[in-house]
Amino acid sequence: MNTAAKKRKPSMGKVFVYLFLTLASALSLFPFYWMFVMATQTSSAYNSIPPTITPGNLLVENFQKVLLQIDFFGALWTSFLLCTIVTLVVLFISSLAGFAFAKFHFPAKNFLFITILLTMIIPPQLGLIPQYFLIAKAGLLDTLSGVMILFFLNPLGIFLMRQYVSDSVPDELIEAAKLDGCSNFKIYRSIVLPIILPAFATLGIIVFTAVWGEFLWQFTILRDPENYTIQVALASLSNTFNVDFGMILSGVFWATVPLIIIFLLFNRLFISSIAEGSVK
Amino acid sequence: MDSTYQKGKKGKKKNLSESKKDRVSAYLYIAPFFIIFGVIGLYPALFSFYLAFQKWNGLGEMSFVGLNNFKIVLEDPLFWKSLYNTIVIGLIGTAPQIVIGIILAILLNVAFLRFRSFFRVTIFMPYITSMVAVALIFSVIFSDHQSSLANYVLGLFGADPVSWGTSEWGTKIAISIMVFWRWVGYNTIIYLAGIQSIPNDVYEAATIDGASKFQQVIHITLPLLKPFILLTVFFSTVGALQLFSEPTVFLGASAFTRDEAMTVVMYLYRDAFKLQSFGTASATAIILLVVIIIFAAINTYLTSGIGKKRRRG
Repeated sequence: MNTAAKKRKPSMGKVFVYLFLTLASALSLFPFYWMFVMATQTSSAYNSIPPTITPGNLLVENFQKVLLQIDFFGALWTSFLLCTIVTLVVLFISSLAGFAFAKFHFPAKNFLFITILLTMIIPPQLGLIPQYFLIAKAGLLDTLSGVMILFFLNPLGIFLMRQYVSDSVPDELIEAAKLDGCSNFKIYRSIVLPIILPAFATLGIIVFTAVWGEFLWQFTILRDPENYTIQVALASLSNTFNVDFGMILSGVFWATVPLIIIFLLFNRLFISSIAEGSVK
Repeated sequence: MDSTYQKGKKGKKKNLSESKKDRVSAYLYIAPFFIIFGVIGLYPALFSFYLAFQKWNGLGEMSFVGLNNFKIVLEDPLFWKSLYNTIVIGLIGTAPQIVIGIILAILLNVAFLRFRSFFRVTIFMPYITSMVAVALIFSVIFSDHQSSLANYVLGLFGADPVSWGTSEWGTKIAISIMVFWRWVGYNTIIYLAGIQSIPNDVYEAATIDGASKFQQVIHITLPLLKPFILLTVFFSTVGALQLFSEPTVFLGASAFTRDEAMTVVMYLYRDAFKLQSFGTASATAIILLVVIIIFAAINTYLTSGIGKKRRRG
């Protein structure tokens, strides 16, 4: 390969790389932009040819219409509460179990751990109907507790926590604490917990976003609009036959903006969490 | 295993009572998961199997009907239609994701790239929106109206407008595009993590041997990326067969009354909560489980051939 060819080739490649990535970025961002445009337009704007692609000035008016349709802030709060409680409970259960699997020896340990991994294979729909009747029997239908219980089951959490504890908590530290007479739970609380806090961020993000975006179960359990989470409330916006697109997208817009802001603030954490979570 | 463990512990000057204490602690610490799993995971799953053989409207008495529920479902053209829809949407929505995801990950990893984190963030961003939000945004872009954005773009190419919300292929394509849009960045991130775990000296050695960038991708990146591809193919297959929120929200009020985009889970949901036929719905859940296992196995088997074939060629 001579030097001239070497020089020309990469520059062609470079153009392609930038072109492809720019196009991908634009296509990724465009629906967000379109959501903003429609959120600020009258419903009739979508009838115009060519389609409107510049924002109007109805951002507030459209949102007021949303507030007439659904309890927007109530639903947002419900979702926030749901996700926060689920995340905290899952972090607690997973870290405790992860600690046990990483640092204790007990009969049937491997069998139990493999069982946990196998539970990941059960598709959520398989248990949907009995779960529904269980929740109904417990009198939790149409309540937040009824929704959250299902999400407490998180085998991936135990898996991640076990990996993290065995990688980052030295055995010697635990031995030393035991010689000092620490109880096992105290070891968990004062030694293991501080060390695995970074893993809490990873697992926390995975659990929080998964529960936030879940729909089937929330949709099944919640019936009274007063108890809706934001996903169910948003979905209910399009449930009439004469749909007001400006109103709908204004709802989606105001529900998405906080997410985007949080994401942009912590994007590194988000992206590495997802990568770590899926790569083990 | 038990006795060796105790001997080992004795060797470390531990007494028996302490190892017993450890055991009790360990079981206590893993108990919450197993209790929750027993109550809301295992019991419902087993109960589904029981329910699948019963006729039940959710209120009255159950009556044993043998395999009748399975017969009803398997003889229902709407079930087969829903399975067909699920597979078609799954195929169009997820297969390109994997190919484009790999390309994007490779491009995001090239050495000279500037604005790397900008590209990475924007491509990943669709994933943070909920599927409900995506379905609503796309229901506007792909509305039936002549002047909807999608139809306008088609018009620029001289094509006729499509009724995205009501036509056989319109609904499927619109839903597939949503699925693709939301998940492609997610897959890209996984592949990127995979690519970054490949040691650099492998590439350096290949460069010294005179391999072109393209050859390096084919002979190094793809084979070493295989575990990650297998993982995403597995999850995409399982996820695609469980499709529910996208079509339900996209079709809005008419979601359970039309069949162009009814998926298996929607069929199940409709049987259970719209028609109060919990026996057939449970039978559908079990059929779905079998379908998922079969497809996951086939896809995993097919994908595991990727690196080999390419290397041979």
